Amino acid sequence: MSKLIEVKDLKKQFENGDVITKILHGVTFDIDKGEFVSIMGPSGSGKSTLMHILGFLDVLSEGQFLFEGRDVSKLSDDELADMRSKKIGFVFQAFNLLNRSTTLENVMLPLLYTDMPKKERVERAKDLLNQVGLGHRLDYSPNKLSGGEKQRVAIARALVNNPEVIFADEPTGNLDSKSGLQVMKVLQDLNEKGHSIILVTHEKYTAEHAKRIIMLKDGLIEYDKPVEKRQIAKDMGDLIK
Amino acid sequence: MNIVESVTSSWKIIARSKTRSFLTMLGIVIGVMAVIIVLSVGAGAQSLILNQVKSLGSNLIGVLPGNSEKDGPPASALGIVVTTLTYEDGQDILKNGCDCIESLAMYATGNDIISYGNESITTNYTGTTASYIDVEETEVESGHFFDAEEEKTSARVAVLGYEVKENLFGTEDALGKRIRIDKTNFNVIGVMKERGVSGFQNQDNQLFIPISTAQNLLLGIDHINYIRAKVNTPENAAYAVESMEQILRDRHNIGVDEVDDFSVRALSEGLDAISSITDALKFFLVAISALALVVGGFGIMNIMLATVQERTQEIGLRKAVGAKSRDITFQFLIESVVITFVGGSIGIILGVLISVAVAVVAQNMGYSWDLVISPFSIILACGVSIGIGLIFGIVPANKASKLSAMEALRYE
Repeated sequence: MSKLIEVKDLKKQFENGDVITKILHGVTFDIDKGEFVSIMGPSGSGKSTLMHILGFLDVLSEGQFLFEGRDVSKLSDDELADMRSKKIGFVFQAFNLLNRSTTLENVMLPLLYTDMPKKERVERAKDLLNQVGLGHRLDYSPNKLSGGEKQRVAIARALVNNPEVIFADEPTGNLDSKSGLQVMKVLQDLNEKGHSIILVTHEKYTAEHAKRIIMLKDGLIEYDKPVEKRQIAKDMGDLIK
Repeated sequence: MNIVESVTSSWKIIARSKTRSFLTMLGIVIGVMAVIIVLSVGAGAQSLILNQVKSLGSNLIGVLPGNSEKDGPPASALGIVVTTLTYEDGQDILKNGCDCIESLAMYATGNDIISYGNESITTNYTGTTASYIDVEETEVESGHFFDAEEEKTSARVAVLGYEVKENLFGTEDALGKRIRIDKTNFNVIGVMKERGVSGFQNQDNQLFIPISTAQNLLLGIDHINYIRAKVNTPENAAYAVESMEQILRDRHNIGVDEVDDFSVRALSEGLDAISSITDALKFFLVAISALALVVGGFGIMNIMLATVQERTQEIGLRKAVGAKSRDITFQFLIESVVITFVGGSIGIILGVLISVAVAVVAQNMGYSWDLVISPFSIILACGVSIGIGLIFGIVPANKASKLSAMEALRYE
């Protein structure tokens, strides 16, 4: 399998005046295309910072980060935005939907920053909402959706650009266990279909839905190994067609 | 992200919080409205003043007794009685002045009690020459104006202004009736057509008698108050003024170094002076009302800055899904331009409506008020509102685009 992400001795520190806070002290790992990896760790372990760097939202301080063989640290702000637009989809704990726009508009949002003609955008967004089982809620405001439905809208949004990899940052954190399982089911199904998924979580149970866990502690990798007893989210109705 | 979509999405954002958007754009609405109204009402008032003067005839030349500065008021206008101008002066001008002088009227005015039967009013009478009707380009409604013969013989005949006739006679026919000015009897031989206000004077509230009658029987003077001469075209006015001055200087024996004891003025000169004064006033008012636009601009900047704060998460999200900094700048700039443009449009509509209303009311009150709404002022107002949106939108838009996506996403 070809390499998606190669990280070598990655370090990150924040400077705030004279105070330097070291978050990542040098982490090294590779992720192949098609993998389903959990980045796990307690709060303060640096997992969110690592995800921001991997998701082109932040830049590393030291070390190397190659995405599809390309050195990310050499990219300009606009090129980073371009990478975010084309290569990755985000799913956030707080959903981050625009409540004043409709479900359909929310899913279309990433396409706004591409060259895709409007008609195609609408088609693609509708198609994805159908896939996550929300084809009947196109004109709803996200306010009127349940937490699970919101997160499925967010997943549809993350998929709309046909990204190489989906980053899910505590996607079940704001959900009840049933909705959380639904979301994990969607992510597992997506992975079955060949999408690379990187899940960031502090819960062991959630992390075990992935195939591999990278455990962070105090800015270093504590362990990096395949999941032995993988949790498989039960099929709760055919959510993804 | 193309411009049409940005505008429609901005419009949606503005439309969903109507009250706030309206309050935001209120400054621009008022500013643009004020500018349009000031321009239009200013032009209307200017037309009123100019029409008043023009209604006297822009090819008229006035001669007043007493010297005056070129741009200052004549002495007689300040209430100083100067007796240097005579009937003979006028006749000489008519006879020896330039050929461009078509006709000439002289005036000796007074104010007295006019009575008919039991009715009496106090009003102005104008002793004038038979040529009055030609010089002032007016007409009688019934009867006739006195002729040169009646003028020469100091006939006791009177032509009533429209209002004087109404006040004294009501619906009764006035022709041939006998009225009294002070204690002197006059025969009514004509009634003037209704003329309204012209030259800042109610032309209907006076009556006309031969000038010699006024001088000899009523006023007991041998000077006249002023002369008006009509030239064939306004272009000849300057030449006519010169020839009239020459004649009067000769007649009054005024040496080369001596000061004139009269003033000759072409009305067209006055028109220019009035135009430049009213123009200056108009632009002064426009400048003041434009201040409202600037204040409105700061209002918009303030709200846009608050909006950026409020929508930090949205900005973070947009960046996370691929928006470049310039996309964010563009979005917020378009938003403030849409706000100012909509505000400007509302301001233009209100401004035009109010201008029309003012003109209609003024016209109904009998003023010769022109409705002037120049397309230029509307284009200018549109341009200025868009410009204000751009100028005052830049700071908030820049602030928005500089937010770090990661920090913006975390913002609560």
